[in-house]
Amino acid sequence: MAGEVVIRAEQLTKRYGANLAVDHIDLEVEAGEIVGILGPNGSGKTTTILMLLGLTEPTGGRAVVAGFDPLRDPLEVKRRVGYMPDQVGFYDGLSARDNLAYTGRLAGLPRRDIDARFADAMERVGLAAVGRNRVRTFSQGMRQRLGLAEVLMKRPSVAILDEPTTALDPHSTQEFLEMIRGLKADGTAVLLSSHHLDQVQSVCDRVALFNRGRIALAGTVTELAGQVLGGGHVIDVEARGPGIAERLAAVPGVVRVQALGGERYRVDCQRDLRAEIARRLAPEVELVGINFAAPSLNEVYTRYFEEARHAAQ
Amino acid sequence: MPLSRRPDARRRGSPWTGLGAVVAKETADHLSSARMRILEALVFLTAIAAAYAAIRSIRQTIGESPFLFLRLLTLSQDPLPSFIALLGFLIPLVAIALAFDAVNGEFNRRTLSRILAQPIYRDALLLGKFFAGLLSLTIGLVSLWLLVLGLGLLLLGLPPSTEETLRMLGFLVATIAYGGVWIAIALLFSVIFRAPATAARAALGVWLVFALFWSVITPLVTTLIAGPPEGVFGPRLAYLQTQQIIDRLSPNTLYAETALALLQPATRALGPVLISQLQGALLGSPLPVSQSFILIWPQLTGLVAATIVIFVIAYIVFQRQEIRA
Repeated sequence: MAGEVVIRAEQLTKRYGANLAVDHIDLEVEAGEIVGILGPNGSGKTTTILMLLGLTEPTGGRAVVAGFDPLRDPLEVKRRVGYMPDQVGFYDGLSARDNLAYTGRLAGLPRRDIDARFADAMERVGLAAVGRNRVRTFSQGMRQRLGLAEVLMKRPSVAILDEPTTALDPHSTQEFLEMIRGLKADGTAVLLSSHHLDQVQSVCDRVALFNRGRIALAGTVTELAGQVLGGGHVIDVEARGPGIAERLAAVPGVVRVQALGGERYRVDCQRDLRAEIARRLAPEVELVGINFAAPSLNEVYTRYFEEARHAAQ
Repeated sequence: MPLSRRPDARRRGSPWTGLGAVVAKETADHLSSARMRILEALVFLTAIAAAYAAIRSIRQTIGESPFLFLRLLTLSQDPLPSFIALLGFLIPLVAIALAFDAVNGEFNRRTLSRILAQPIYRDALLLGKFFAGLLSLTIGLVSLWLLVLGLGLLLLGLPPSTEETLRMLGFLVATIAYGGVWIAIALLFSVIFRAPATAARAALGVWLVFALFWSVITPLVTTLIAGPPEGVFGPRLAYLQTQQIIDRLSPNTLYAETALALLQPATRALGPVLISQLQGALLGSPLPVSQSFILIWPQLTGLVAATIVIFVIAYIVFQRQEIRA
């Protein structure tokens, strides 16, 4: 049901000896929502996923997934959660059908349902023609699709996908992202961990940025841009004339001006200032173009970690 | 205190959920794998050859022993060792082959997190793999047992007596228990070592120690603990008893003693016997089958207990591992 919180983590913590892998994180995901979790390697994303699945024990805090506590009711959680790990592996000597039938039996699916669900899932991921083939004949991209088929077969209320588009070509990536949107359309909440920021931005409703075990930023990309880039609105300006960067910086509400080379400038601002900018540049500067640009998650990410590095130094 | 140790955080759900699915899948994998077929063929050929050679020898001396079928298993004829000696040698190899890559193979294939993301506990996965190995071994051994029995019926032209059948069944159970120990050892190494080759080498190393070097190690350790073997009045009882205890730490010894007591009914004791204990005994007369079972009961219990202890160690190590593959 839309609006229902299906993943809730409160002060979730994981410590390995002296190392704090996940540091008191709070996270909420609603049904039918796609939330991206980003961050450098070792920032705590996978550990968080494993705690939400009940595969590793939190040191502190609590989580509720699909209405159950993964620590106390891991079997109930795992019945309702589909998980696709990064570099998903299968039994190469078995066919795709036998691989998924095995996990279907482990998931407690009735035998009579397994074949129907398998056929449906394979159809959705575009592997219907190779269901009886051994997995050793599959390319990495096909294995990724098979991993998603396994998630679909379970018909979960929560899908956790860890680096699902690694090793996919651009066309397959787009198809895969479309399948993830299909999960959202089914009402499934999706937690998507990825390093491909453009992909995350294209499918995710919200994003949580992990750094050193903490969720450093969380919200929509626009909200994150507001926090990191200082504005949240980005305007691309193309103009010819003297002192353009200074003129742009002098416009009230402009947070930052970046020269992109040639006659192009990127302006971060707190609101839509296109009309004001056009007025301020005229008449000494010839305005060639002015466009409202969506904030880039890539830019948010890069800027955040640049600033974090400077702060650490 | 870790969260899971709090009373309110005790895990719900049966630890055996999914056990049947794991056992079925793993057993099917074992029975259809080329590795198992090669090993089974090796065991069958050598064991059948040993039994056949024994039958030829028995036919020439028929009537000398009331336990022809038992002699089928214990008699050796050059160049082949006896059926039970061959089994004692080959069963650990088959057991190790069944389990050396049970858990590390899942890590290396990167299937472990996918499997454990299904509603099962690690308990079911590990136990399922153990049971599947044991079931595969049992299927092979029962087939072999029936084959030897059939061969005996055909070539000797006599059916086995009830006592012989009971003794052979007891031997079959003991062989399965012996295989269980080696499956547990291989499973333990498959949990400890990520590389299957390392796990296999470690398990084979343990097997070599018990199969070849234990008879060398035992007297050395016994002398260190109990002093010299000979006293002023001959062999020292303390030495013999210590040697026996150390010797019985080896599953091979326990299995050999079990086979001896069951398949050679005249065996009346498994250890040093004092002259005073022989008073009134009819030497060479067979023990009733029930007495033979009482005689091997500690050995059989020891094999089962060793299996459980080794499995529990593997279980604890596995429970403490991080699942990231």
